[in-house]
Amino acid sequence: MNALQTKALAKTYGSGLVALKGINLEVQQGDFFALLGPNGAGKSTAIGIICSLLNKTAGSIEIFGHDLDSNREFCKSQIGLVPQEINFNVFETPRNILITQAGYYGIARREASTRADEYLASLDLYEKRNQTARTLSGGMKRRLMVARALVHRPKLLILDEPTAGVDIEIRRSMWKFLSDLNAAGTTIILTTHYLEEAESLCRNVAIIDGGEIVESGAVEELLSRAMVQSFVLDLAEPVSVEIDLVGYRLISQKPRQLEIEVNTGTSMNDLFAQLAAQDINVLSMRNKANRLEEFFLRLVDENKKSNTA
Amino acid sequence: MKSLLAINTVAFKTMVVREVRRFTRIWVQTIVPPAISALLYLTIFGTLIGSRIGEMDGHRYIDFIVPGIIMMAVITNSYSNAVSSFFGAKFQHYLEELLVAPVHIVVILAGFVAGGVARGLAVGALVAAVSLFFTDITVQNPLLTILVVVLTSTLFAIGGVINAVFAKSFDDVSVIPNFVLTPLTYLGGIFYSVKMLPDFWESVSMFNPVLYMINGFRYGILGSSDFDIRWSLFVILVFIVVLGSVALFLLNRGIGIKQ
Repeated sequence: MNALQTKALAKTYGSGLVALKGINLEVQQGDFFALLGPNGAGKSTAIGIICSLLNKTAGSIEIFGHDLDSNREFCKSQIGLVPQEINFNVFETPRNILITQAGYYGIARREASTRADEYLASLDLYEKRNQTARTLSGGMKRRLMVARALVHRPKLLILDEPTAGVDIEIRRSMWKFLSDLNAAGTTIILTTHYLEEAESLCRNVAIIDGGEIVESGAVEELLSRAMVQSFVLDLAEPVSVEIDLVGYRLISQKPRQLEIEVNTGTSMNDLFAQLAAQDINVLSMRNKANRLEEFFLRLVDENKKSNTA
Repeated sequence: MKSLLAINTVAFKTMVVREVRRFTRIWVQTIVPPAISALLYLTIFGTLIGSRIGEMDGHRYIDFIVPGIIMMAVITNSYSNAVSSFFGAKFQHYLEELLVAPVHIVVILAGFVAGGVARGLAVGALVAAVSLFFTDITVQNPLLTILVVVLTSTLFAIGGVINAVFAKSFDDVSVIPNFVLTPLTYLGGIFYSVKMLPDFWESVSMFNPVLYMINGFRYGILGSSDFDIRWSLFVILVFIVVLGSVALFLLNRGIGIKQ
């Protein structure tokens, strides 16, 4: 069963801006799904419509097989949303924010209190439960929004850039938390600008640009279609002469560093043989960007070129 | 899944608790100022000037103005609470907490209105308590008094929500109270009987809906009114139905809250 299905979902704002041009999305129950796209691509608009924060212009949405328009209350009860912007009452305490949110889903106060404490503890916010929310750090505020989205135990969790502006330690702990949640059965849809986040967490991905889905499928499948990869090679000794490579593209050369583009499927052995023949010793090698990022950038660039052509 | 009725019942209670907590947390801004204003009105207009005015409509002047002063506090605070709470939720985006939840539009409106009514009644009770230091009037018709004050605060709380739906800045929140509500309230017969006015202005006053609310409330307390009390109840109910329908239409369409 699909946790989410959109058909020809379109949105034109009052200003005339066409944000979505009839997108079709399918997210399987239990999936960890990434919705990627550059700024202004339409990701947040799509999420806003799915979560009833925006009115659509056309199209339909089904949540676990139920039409959003005709069964809105059921659909809403299945979804938890972590929006991009901080959107809780900063003068309330984290505990009250969670209890109040649970109340909006019909959870009585006693049960809501228990759940609030449970989620605050699991997101390392229990110690701060009775402080005013405005005194929390940026990372804590993000985690509070995750806790709030989970307090009614939704089957579909939608996160719109949940780790934006969060330090790497908290981001990693959030990844672990979300992976565990997904493993326990919650379907997760994630938008993010950190593509290594999407690559390491998600099984399926859709890339949206200019209000259209330009690519979608399994992450592994898309990566296999990435045509080139860029590698950064750190050298043992400085090299001053121009390096000559056959079958590989030298993007940049610094005394102790080379950046080389390699076509997918090309063996690296020959590269190292050519470098060794020129008395160049390689100390270490790494991807310049992660593979999904390269694929994403190429796709967005191609889309931009085809739109201007 | 729980029934929608059960969900919405808990959601409504949650909203009321949240609203009451909001205005009681800032009680120095919300509860105390109206009581001080009432104290000043009763001291200056009731005691100092009122003693020279004599009777109005067969009552001591200070007794005559007490219902109007209580009602003015109720109207202002019901409206202020609803408009500031709704606009604050919209401005800080935590209105989205309600919009994503399976809460019916009627319950969303009822929750904000209940908050306005709660503050209006709390302030009204405090102002009434202050007035007891100046008068010893006994309420002639307690049920009617309660009915009029609850309906009036409901009406103005709905008005506050409508104002907040259209408001785009904090300036927009204060325009209606300053330029519409205050003049209508002062010209609604708080300090005088409309029978004292020249015929033309008496007729003009009849188009002021606040006049009917203050007179209805005054009738409940003092037992006298400038006109038939049934008119008061009719006008208040008509306005509640009309404004309530407008508010529900706006919320249902997402006007001012969804794009």
